[in-house]
Amino acid sequence: MSQDTPFTIGGRTFQSRLMVGTGKYRDNDEMVRAIEASGAEIVTVAVRRVTLDRAEREGILYHLDPKRYFLLANTAGCYSADEAIRYARLAREAGFNEFVKLEVIGDQETLLPDVAGLLEATRVLVREGFKVLAYTNEDLITALRLEEAGATAVMPLASPIGSGLGLLNPLGIRIIKRRLGVPVVVDAGVGTASDACITMEQGVDGILMNTALAAARDPVGMAHAMRLAVAAGRAAYLAGRMPRREVAVPSSPAEGMLD
Amino acid sequence: MTATTTIDIVVNGDRRAVPADATLLELLHLLELDPRTVVVEHNRTIVRRPDLERARIAPGDVIELVHFVGGG
Repeated sequence: MSQDTPFTIGGRTFQSRLMVGTGKYRDNDEMVRAIEASGAEIVTVAVRRVTLDRAEREGILYHLDPKRYFLLANTAGCYSADEAIRYARLAREAGFNEFVKLEVIGDQETLLPDVAGLLEATRVLVREGFKVLAYTNEDLITALRLEEAGATAVMPLASPIGSGLGLLNPLGIRIIKRRLGVPVVVDAGVGTASDACITMEQGVDGILMNTALAAARDPVGMAHAMRLAVAAGRAAYLAGRMPRREVAVPSSPAEGMLD
Repeated sequence: MTATTTIDIVVNGDRRAVPADATLLELLHLLELDPRTVVVEHNRTIVRRPDLERARIAPGDVIELVHFVGGG
């Protein structure tokens, strides 16, 4: 069997190639059980105002042990480089690590990235010592520029955030993976286990997902399925698939047939 | 009449009256927030936890108190 290399990102090594978000779960208990079932070690969180109403001010850390999970703060909801930089600094101050999942959103309807703002924010944050995991689209040139700007990992989307449409541009993702030296982690758009499997079969280093788990009828069951799918897709990539043919080739011998 | 004078500041987008000359640490206590669980931004500058007890609040100050929530 082809031996897998460890998944190393920004100098940290992980067993699981599946990263999960913590948003949109029906309740915290279900979120915690789903994350456990996923086997993920890297878990994303968002930075938001504390609710000053005492009844509902519990942060996510009340439910997730930062010693057990590697917390990756995002800049979700930021629409400019300046705003994303501000959120990243606040996240680092919250004090777990220097990693940030950098999102600079360009459009409310599609939540597609503003790649100019993303590159600008990446340059600033890298200079400040951040390890930037940049959420981007399937454009090779942007991915190359992000790597040049010092991004720790590039995170192209499978399809729009929360859409569950699966991997729309496998070729684009394969080209990015082939050309970049830094890890490529597909972020957003995976809907079900087959999507995750097909994505990993492209040879990418990992997948980050949130809604596929949180919006499943049974998030814990789906988390289990995703864990298997990511492992299966990775194993299939390492094993190397057979060539595609447009004609049939018999599996049984043509010789030895009766007259 | 109140015994202490108050000043108006903005906390997380809402106007709020706090005792004049209060520090950021005192503000957190007033709001019953544990300083270990929030990050404080004071007029757009992040204030580290050890500095909270020295940072004084002035009228019109804009303060943001943030923490981690669920997100993808």
